[in-house]
Amino acid sequence: MSQTDTRKPALLGTGGLVFLAIVIGLAVLVPALNLLLPAGSALHVPTYLVSLLGKYLCYALLALSVDLIWGYVGILSLGQGAFFALGGYAMGMYLMRQIGTRGVYGDPVLPDFMVFLNWKELPWFWYGFDWFPFAAAMVLLAPGLLALVFGWFAFRSRVTGVYLSIITQAMTFALLLAFFRNDMGFGGNNGLTDFKDILGFNIQADGTRAALFALTALALAGGYVLCRYLVRSHFGKVLIAIRDAETRVRFTGYRVENYKLAAFVVSACLAGIAGALYVPQVGIINPSEFSPANSIEIIVWVAVGGRGTLAGAALGAVLVNYAKTYFTSGMLAPYWLFMLGGLFVAVTLFLPKGILGTFLEWRARRSAGSPEPDAPPAPGITAKPAE
Amino acid sequence: MTDTAAFPVEAAEPPKAMTEKNLTEALLYLDGVTVTFDGFRALNALSFTVDAGEMRAIIGPNGAGKTTMMDVITGKTRPDKGDVFFNGGTTDLTKLDETEIATLGIGRKFQKPTVFESHTVIDNLRLALKGQRGALANIFKRETAQERVKIDEIFETIRLGEHAHRLAGALSHGQKQWLEIGMLLAQDPKLLLVDEPVAGMTDAETAQTAELLREINANGHSVVVVEHDMTFVRDLGVRVLCLHEGSVLAEGTLDQVSANERVIEVYLGR
Repeated sequence: MSQTDTRKPALLGTGGLVFLAIVIGLAVLVPALNLLLPAGSALHVPTYLVSLLGKYLCYALLALSVDLIWGYVGILSLGQGAFFALGGYAMGMYLMRQIGTRGVYGDPVLPDFMVFLNWKELPWFWYGFDWFPFAAAMVLLAPGLLALVFGWFAFRSRVTGVYLSIITQAMTFALLLAFFRNDMGFGGNNGLTDFKDILGFNIQADGTRAALFALTALALAGGYVLCRYLVRSHFGKVLIAIRDAETRVRFTGYRVENYKLAAFVVSACLAGIAGALYVPQVGIINPSEFSPANSIEIIVWVAVGGRGTLAGAALGAVLVNYAKTYFTSGMLAPYWLFMLGGLFVAVTLFLPKGILGTFLEWRARRSAGSPEPDAPPAPGITAKPAE
Repeated sequence: MTDTAAFPVEAAEPPKAMTEKNLTEALLYLDGVTVTFDGFRALNALSFTVDAGEMRAIIGPNGAGKTTMMDVITGKTRPDKGDVFFNGGTTDLTKLDETEIATLGIGRKFQKPTVFESHTVIDNLRLALKGQRGALANIFKRETAQERVKIDEIFETIRLGEHAHRLAGALSHGQKQWLEIGMLLAQDPKLLLVDEPVAGMTDAETAQTAELLREINANGHSVVVVEHDMTFVRDLGVRVLCLHEGSVLAEGTLDQVSANERVIEVYLGR
């Protein structure tokens, strides 16, 4: 008698395939409808909408990165925005160097804000950012290294739960204050903006915008497949076990801090990529991206979509941000933050597993008795570790 | 004074001083272990040894220090004083953390059944199975045929085969206890520490659990069982250690220990 199944669990499953089909479909369809149809056509997607949707997909990737650590390891990071912003700054520095002599002051080397501050030389940490591959590496390295160092200390000292959340929040707040300072050399309060081109293409052109959108969608799809692979691997099973019973995992002989650290670094790198794709599409990066409120907002997206479902996190990010765009542009604008807060409370009380988590649970109940559950149940936002 | 004391039962041995011989021969060796929490002595110069292949039951009233003792052995709590050695005195457990001690071959079952509830039963066993523990290597891990055979063996032992693909959280209390014992077996430890395995079990389950532990012991694992259930301890039929206020009150067969006046006074009642 053998209990061990020979069936290999599918990497994606039906839900995952649907998600990928939608994202890749968008990657093709949105640029096509923008570039190929005349502006008068009913199906034409205007360029501003391409960038807006691109921004949503960046947020979706950011939410995915949070779900990897919150949904599957139980690390409630309230500082994920810091990794996003660092990736954004790395890209922003590259874009600043591409301006060249087209800046207001026409300096061939120094960005405008440095000329304005009367700096004579480019600070050493700006070296290399005129070369795209270097900047691209920094998009991963800057957030990844911060996560590695921060996580190494935090996880080794066994800081968990609310204390970990508080220090991640403190981390992003410290970075916010640092980046606000003019003498940090990152443009201070105003941040980095007035970008002209990326890899030689005009950043305002329809074609560039469409390409950036398509890249963002592909990054989201790739991030999804990566996360999905990770959480279904033996590594990922250990992560889920840590979320549910950390002490048990230690007594089983796993080095919990290494697992947490690996997941945390991957998550920070994904957030960095999201930030790097975000900056050329919105045209600016400034210290407000480090603000603690931003990081908390990401948690709301994941909670609304469904913690521990990956696709749900992406869905939540898009839905909440669509609502934000919709409500902050009308007469309800002053009340948006109340709505967001109310939404979080309502989701916690009435839909603790989020939209997708609730749907999956409903579907699982309907087909109860199936021998192999497609996916472990989503933990929901109120789920507490066993110990 | 009870009648039992009048019977010519051999008196339980008093706690004896540890010798060099004890150290090198014992699988687990505790000597003079003291743990203090805010002035409260949870363990007070506790000394005892467990031999390789031995099964031992530990009884004692609440607060006697049974769980603290397990915490010390598994590296969760550092003793203030005393020695804890494993493997014939070759390894000082007080210098290691939980993960290192688990890797050495000491498995622990908690009082409250602690399984990974959102994993299937079989995944719980896969996670516990002795083998690769590195984070990066486990990203690409594939189950080997050997591991599959081992898991099937464990299912035979813990009798949960038909539940292999259910979520562990959906099991009954008793089944969770068995799954946790199965996870310990998967770790293939030299020494199993089992904390109140039959709490909340039916009589039939209790008897089955005693059988299961005897079977595990017969397969060469040393076992230390902490338990309140005297019927169960009798079923095990092994040497008993009675703890009280953090040190050994009596040691011997169950009959010897339960005839001890101090044991009757502080634990068994009259």
